[in-house]
Amino acid sequence: MASSGLELLWASAPQLLTGAGRTLGISALAILFSSIGGLLYGVLRSLGKRWLDVPLRIYLELFRAIPVLVWLYLFFFGLPIFFGVSLPAFWCAVLVLSLWGASEIGEVVRGALRSIPRGQREAGLAIGLGLGQLYGRVLLPQALKRLTPPVINVCTRLLKTSSLAVLIGVVDITKVGQQIIERTYESVLIYGFLFVFFFIVCYPLSAASRVLERRWNHA
Amino acid sequence: MSALIELASFNKKFADTSVLTDIDLRVSEGEVVVILGPSGCGKSTLLRCLNGLELGHSGTFTFDGQLLPANADWRRVRQQIGMVFQSYHLFPHMTVLQNVLLGPLQVQKRDAREARQQAEALLARVGLAERANAYPRELSGGQQQRIAIVRALCMNPKVMLFDEVTAALDPEMVKEVLEVILDLAQGGMTMLIVTHEVAFARAVADRILFMDRGRIAEQNDPETFFSAPQTARAQQFLERFSYVENMPKRKAS
Repeated sequence: MASSGLELLWASAPQLLTGAGRTLGISALAILFSSIGGLLYGVLRSLGKRWLDVPLRIYLELFRAIPVLVWLYLFFFGLPIFFGVSLPAFWCAVLVLSLWGASEIGEVVRGALRSIPRGQREAGLAIGLGLGQLYGRVLLPQALKRLTPPVINVCTRLLKTSSLAVLIGVVDITKVGQQIIERTYESVLIYGFLFVFFFIVCYPLSAASRVLERRWNHA
Repeated sequence: MSALIELASFNKKFADTSVLTDIDLRVSEGEVVVILGPSGCGKSTLLRCLNGLELGHSGTFTFDGQLLPANADWRRVRQQIGMVFQSYHLFPHMTVLQNVLLGPLQVQKRDAREARQQAEALLARVGLAERANAYPRELSGGQQQRIAIVRALCMNPKVMLFDEVTAALDPEMVKEVLEVILDLAQGGMTMLIVTHEVAFARAVADRILFMDRGRIAEQNDPETFFSAPQTARAQQFLERFSYVENMPKRKAS
């Protein structure tokens, strides 16, 4: 059993690697776009402009209240019907995860910026800094420490949630696992492998966030 | 002397409350004006209006011969009006030198070597040349406040605004900061100073401005103001200070 199990994993390695590549691909792209979008969201919210706050809050509440799975269906099945745009499942997953991640990271960024004393902003303005310089040189560098640990946590959640992409037909690592199980009935082995896979990818991230949090709290 | 700063019928409201009412103020080049008054009288707001951190609702503000509307290019104005705050507000993620050079390099785009030389000279002038590479958290409150003054000075401003810059300091650090300001006054810097240090006000001021409930209640040269205040409010205000200074010793029981 042990040797045949390993043999099965070895034989399935090319398939599993493709699946892993897709899972990591979706996650990496979603993390990238979420970070950019979240940064933008957080900065825009911190400006305190009503005409910006209203649409951004609506966006946030929609992504908070509606499950990611429903968004996936909505984009995958809805976009072709309502807008005649059909995205490949892979990019549809990247888009939905990015929008969801950006709302989560955005709130983290907003909170981190808000926690910086108001005097920092005024001191920056008082020496004539423009808004871009104020954020780039004074506010965001200070916010970075506070926002990195929670942003890493959002990243691990993005990684795990990417497995929902199976349901719109992306052949990611979860799907590959299911296919192998359907062929071989080795469910314990394959799910065990998935367990280890996600753990190996996510654990270092959450460990890093904990270490950073501890180190920066003392600094 | 020409007026560097001129406010005429200047008003400022927060929501419906009037904070500054009919302020008329002329400050000439080289003049040191100290603003006194009870808490909440609008002293700090007045200073903050002078560099656009707060905007007035009506009246005019003329700086160096130029009328500044609410949508003025405040970035340009702020480079000429240095401001020092009660809680210093140094940038904690930068060294002393980086704090001081941020404006000259990023805003004024000055030559790095020339700006650095000026920064080092100013740091030496306030006795902190050796701390150029320290971080703010490694410095005492008095040292941080002196750095904050240097940060404003390094922009070569025409005016300096001081907003209760010793109020957050331990008593033994007040002196080192006040001496720097006194030194600037000697050098002919135009300054508006909000303070609760009455003795300092008397020593440094060319003119005392007494504010009460958003209005300029009285302005005079320091000798006249302290020896013969014209308004009842100013008299009360000064009595409270002399009471603290001349507090009688408690009788032993």
